[in-house]
Parts: sequence; C-alpha cells; structure tokens
Amino acid sequence: MILLGFLVVCAVSVSFSRNLLNSILIFMSYSLIMSIIWILLESPDLAITEAAVGAGVTSILFFVTLKKIHALQQTPEEEEESNEPYQKTE
Amino acid sequence: MSHIRKQSDYEKTFAYRFFQWLGGEKDAFVGNMEMRPQKEYVEEEATIQERMKDRQQAIAEAYDSGHNKELLFFQMLYKCFSILFCIAIVVLLVITVSYLPSVGGADKPTNNLVSETYISDGLKDTGAVNIVTGMILSYRAFDTFGETNVLFIATCCVMIMLMVDEDKIRENKDSNDRGFEPKNDVILQMVATLLVPIVFLFGIYIILNGHLSPGGGFSGGAMIGAGMILYVAAFGFDKMGKFFNEKVYKCVKVTALICYGCIVTYYFLTGANGLPCLIPLGEPGKILSGGITLPINIFVGSEVACTMYAFYALFRRGGL
Repeated sequence: MILLGFLVVCAVSVSFSRNLLNSILIFMSYSLIMSIIWILLESPDLAITEAAVGAGVTSILFFVTLKKIHALQQTPEEEEESNEPYQKTE
Repeated sequence: MSHIRKQSDYEKTFAYRFFQWLGGEKDAFVGNMEMRPQKEYVEEEATIQERMKDRQQAIAEAYDSGHNKELLFFQMLYKCFSILFCIAIVVLLVITVSYLPSVGGADKPTNNLVSETYISDGLKDTGAVNIVTGMILSYRAFDTFGETNVLFIATCCVMIMLMVDEDKIRENKDSNDRGFEPKNDVILQMVATLLVPIVFLFGIYIILNGHLSPGGGFSGGAMIGAGMILYVAAFGFDKMGKFFNEKVYKCVKVTALICYGCIVTYYFLTGANGLPCLIPLGEPGKILSGGITLPINIFVGSEVACTMYAFYALFRRGGL
C-alpha cells in the first residue's frame, strides 16, 4: 500500500517537475518501485525486466537525448528565463 | 545465326538514343537551349528587420489577451472544456472498470479451459518447468516471433533516422562523441570492470535457465544489453568495436531472427500434422530440456541484447 502511494506520487510529480533531469530521475524511481511491486506480486521475471529496461536502458536513452539537444547544460535560472516569453502567451 | 550490329550503326538507332535519355547520360537541354545561371537572391538587412518587426507585432496583437476580449473568453472556454473532458474520460474508465469481473473468483471467465490446459499439460507438452516461458515460447511462439520482429523493425527505423556516415563518425570522434564529460573516468572504469562480468554472467544464466527458473530471453537479453551499455560508457566505442561492431551486430541479429522463424515453423508444422519432432523434449529439470524453449530463448536473448545496445549507440553517436 505504501509502495502504491509512492507510485502515484512519483507519477504525478514527473509531470509537474520543471527540470527535465529531475523528471527523468523521478521516472527512474518509479520504475524501481514498480519492480519491487512485481517481486511482491511473485513475478520475478517481470521484476528483472522492469529493472533492466525501465530503470536502466530507458532513462539512459533519455539522458543521451537530453545531452544531444543540450538540455542538460541549462541551470534552472536559465530555464526560467527561456520559459518566460512562453508564459506570457499562455 | 545472330547478327551483331556495329557500335557506330547502333548509335544511330532510335533505341540507343532513347535508352541514353532514359539513363540520364545525355541531357536533352544542354546545347539546345540558352541557359543562364540564376541570379542569387539577396535580401537587404532592412527588409528582414522590417519583416521580423511586423511579424512580432502581429503575434503580440494576436496573443494580447488583456485587450482582446474574444481571445480571453476563448482561453477560459478552452480550459473549462479540457478539464471537463478529462473528468468525463476518468468517469468513463472508472465505470468500465467497475463492470469488470473480480479477480480470483472460481466462476469467472478468466478461469476457462485454456489456462487449465496450459497448467495441467504445460510440462508434458513443452518440457519446460517454468510454465510461463513454456507457454509463450511454444504454444504462443508466433506471438513472440512477432514481438521479436517489432524489435528488429524498431532498430531499423532508428537506424534510418539517426545513422551517420562512417567518415563523419571518424571526423567527429572526439568533438561530438564525448562532448563535455570526463574522458576515461577512473571510478566509472573500476566499477565497470567489477560489474560488467557479473552482469553478463547473470544475463546468460537467466537466458539459459529460462525454462527452469523465472526469466527468459527478454529479461536476460535486456540485462546483457544494459551491461554492454555500461561497458561502452566506461571504456568508449573503440574498445567495444574489438568484439562487437556493425558486422557482428548484423550477423547476430539476422541469424537469430531467421533461426527463430525456422524452428517455430518446423515445430508447428510437425505438431499440427502429427509428425514426430526431431527436437527432443528431454527430462524436466535438466538444463538440456524443454524442447524448442532453450534455443528460442537464446535467439530472443541475443536479439534483445543487440537491440538495447544498438539504441544506445545510435542515439549516442549515430552509428554502431
């Protein structure tokens, strides 16, 4: 039950966090919690797959993509500055 | 007797000219038409600036919600409707879920003949102690074949989009590849030397024991792929290229897919026609048992490992 609560919190906070890097890290923790839940549900094969693919490979691909589009260089202040013109239009 | 025309005779015929025109060897317009190089269109600095100013003014007017009452009203309407739409979908889904039969009941539609047969006859038919793997790799082998094909096509698509020429990789090796991360990080390399063999061994163990213990081709392949990614991140693409390059990748991938298809087709053909199958089921619980489960596990595992690594390599530098 606690784990399920964590799961929901993680899933919601992924979409609400401003920093893309933080989003990916939260997404990773979501996958880890999911794999623990799979073990508790007595399906270790799914847990192994979830840990390897969800927490490992997917987030690494996200990191590489962020690096390619130069989103990791920005500090939070810079990001807010670049977001300001869009906020006005909203 | 065939008569061969002379080359000069042949060049006068209509067919020769037609094929020449078709092959694009001779341009029909060169020499027949007067040609002039196009004048390069240069825009003045002032016009560009004026146009940009006009554009920004137009955008500012269009999005000026403080003065534009219509726009403000529309934005409010948009927000209201989006919230209402979300709530409607949530309510609809919850209602649908409430109509689903509860889990675990004895007289529920999930407890039908199919799953009963899988559980009771699974060991006898497939020879695999792990019923899940035995089921997806022998009863439903063609489904899994489709999934493996999906992986193959996915890597092909990523290749089409992200593959770069060999020369460009060599040119940008230092500038593009490593970017702004430390080269030859000692901590990462030490951790990798400790972890990579264990990860590889565990992945191979999972694949080979797929029919005895939980796991199987996909889990083990994903682990091996993750281990390969760790190795590349620590030691770079040069060292990886010594034992895994594009040639090996292509061989492994295509061979795995073809062998999988052949084995499954053979197994299904013999099974459907009541012919004796050459692949022995073996003794349940031994490593060399499980009929077609073990080889198919190996093929799926190598396919998945290749896919994982290929995604990383293509994302990272646009080549294997």
